[in-house]
Amino acid sequence: MELPLALLRKLSFPRVSKRSASMAADPFRVMVRKEIADHVRSWRFIILVILIAMTCLGSLYTAVGQMAKATKADDPEGAFFFLKLFTLTDGSLPSFTVFISFLGPLLGISLGFDAINSEQNRGTLSRLMAQPIPRDYVINAKFTAALIVIAVMLFALGFLVMGLGLIRVGVLPTAEEFMRVICFLLVSVCYVAFWLNLSIFFSIRFRQPATSALASMAAWLFFTVFYQLIVNVIARVAAPSATSNPLQILKYEAFVANLLRLVPSQLFSEATTTLLMPSVRSLGPLSIEQVYGSIPAPLPLDQSLLIVWPQLTGLIAATVVCFALSYASFMRREVRSR
Amino acid sequence: MIEISALTKRYGNYTAVDNLNLSIARGEIFGLLGPNGAGKSTTILMMLGLTEPTSGSVTVCGIDATRNPIEVKRKVGYLPEDVGFYEDLTGLENLLYTAQLNGMTMKAAEDRARHLLARVGLAGEADKKAGKYSRGMRQRLGLADVLIKSPEVIILDEPTLGIDPQGVREFLTLIAKLSHDEGLTVLLSSHHLHQIQEVCDRVGLFVKGKLLAVGTIGQLSQELFSNEPFLIEAGIDNSSEVLKEKLAGIPGVLSVVPELGVWRIGCSRNAAPDIARTVVESGATLNFLKQNQYGLDDIYYHYFEKNGTALSAAS
Repeated sequence: MELPLALLRKLSFPRVSKRSASMAADPFRVMVRKEIADHVRSWRFIILVILIAMTCLGSLYTAVGQMAKATKADDPEGAFFFLKLFTLTDGSLPSFTVFISFLGPLLGISLGFDAINSEQNRGTLSRLMAQPIPRDYVINAKFTAALIVIAVMLFALGFLVMGLGLIRVGVLPTAEEFMRVICFLLVSVCYVAFWLNLSIFFSIRFRQPATSALASMAAWLFFTVFYQLIVNVIARVAAPSATSNPLQILKYEAFVANLLRLVPSQLFSEATTTLLMPSVRSLGPLSIEQVYGSIPAPLPLDQSLLIVWPQLTGLIAATVVCFALSYASFMRREVRSR
Repeated sequence: MIEISALTKRYGNYTAVDNLNLSIARGEIFGLLGPNGAGKSTTILMMLGLTEPTSGSVTVCGIDATRNPIEVKRKVGYLPEDVGFYEDLTGLENLLYTAQLNGMTMKAAEDRARHLLARVGLAGEADKKAGKYSRGMRQRLGLADVLIKSPEVIILDEPTLGIDPQGVREFLTLIAKLSHDEGLTVLLSSHHLHQIQEVCDRVGLFVKGKLLAVGTIGQLSQELFSNEPFLIEAGIDNSSEVLKEKLAGIPGVLSVVPELGVWRIGCSRNAAPDIARTVVESGATLNFLKQNQYGLDDIYYHYFEKNGTALSAAS
């Protein structure tokens, strides 16, 4: 592993590149570049990339195997053959989207959980603070660098899956399918960015990296496992009787759905489902009157986007809230040596 | 270069720095002395604008450090206590990173970094990972890191902590030489008195957030021990009360403190001949007789003792 690492090192930390030799770089860009180099060179990241790439290729393999069975003549999504690469599964391995919703948080957490506290523990933070840079550069650079790494990685994976699928299946994606995949990848980046920011926030709050990693993991487990259980309990208690007013039942269904939507992973899965399955018309219950007379045809991209707009806003808002929290607590903190 | 006036910093009810006034001239090496928790580090943080004073002001190179910390940090190099480096980068890369954060071009940065590494004696270790550096090497790399931005003032927080005596001497000599060669103003804090005694032009004594005294070491001892300018140590294998009274009776002797084997006698004049005669006449063995100059240690203990008694009296 020494050789590829050395190669990466050369690529990511050029000693004297032609451009930067002649003019001084902006400190912020210097910091972002260093953070990216740190991420790319760390074992942690390399292991994660291998893990995620392998699972994604596995899911691609099962999806391709299912392709023939999945295409039916009367399928309204028949035109969106290519998108099935991301959603199909034969039951043995989850689909690409499920993998991203599961491993994405892990990626975000692992890139952020020691962002600030490890600098503090190594004694480099106070040295950094003594340089003529605004204080928020530190946290902004950490966030930007991790976001760039995540975006590059997710887009690379997405395109890899598309490319391999292209070779394997031999069907070209339409422009709309391509745009849908791009949108899906953007949503994924937002989703991972949420977890990244949450873990950066914990890395500011807790002095020990292990504590902040555990706290992030706890939040992740809570949202993916326990929250659903709690909502189920609440739903059972609040359930109206079977004979009650349909309007009441509708209200109840909406209430439970909204409770579930407090969780980022729920927002993410709703958003990706809608984006990658154009026949999804609504994320809530539909009455028979609403469906009556509608042709089972896929929605255009802008209509799909319109459906997931609240989900998207919610995700971005959660990310921004986490970032604002970490920003505020970092700016007010007094930085002492170790 | 550095002007501090009426500087106060409170954390809740605790006053870390209490109404501090200090002025440091260009090219001076100033030692900030005091026990742990005296408020030295807090004062330094305020000089760099890393923490806000509760009241008062700090001006460094004519710039208000609280209002304009970034401008101050352009001109001031700061070596924090127990400095750390990015361990997976080499010493040179660490310096280059700092240089680039200070807006230097890569070319200029590399030239200066190599020059400074040679200057602090790390030329052979430039391409070694910083994680493999020893404590003393890290401290020297820290000095190079501070100097890479060509500062006018350097502030070193406990720079001698954890280095062996030989390393300390080399390090301090290096600082003194650099200050002399490049006209740097140096502020260093320490609780190791005799270490910085050799290099500092002036020292300030800092206890419980208050600056108790400022001046050259000579001035300080004069000021403090004006009533007892002479301290004579006598090696006497005897601790009889009679001898103590006899010695105290000598004109000019102000205090007699018998300790095991060594008696410390404070006098207003050089009473050594009389002391020698008295001891010999009393039949005790006089092993040695030595006239001491008050060192920083004595100054420190004197103040610390006084402060301690004042505190216990108050409580």
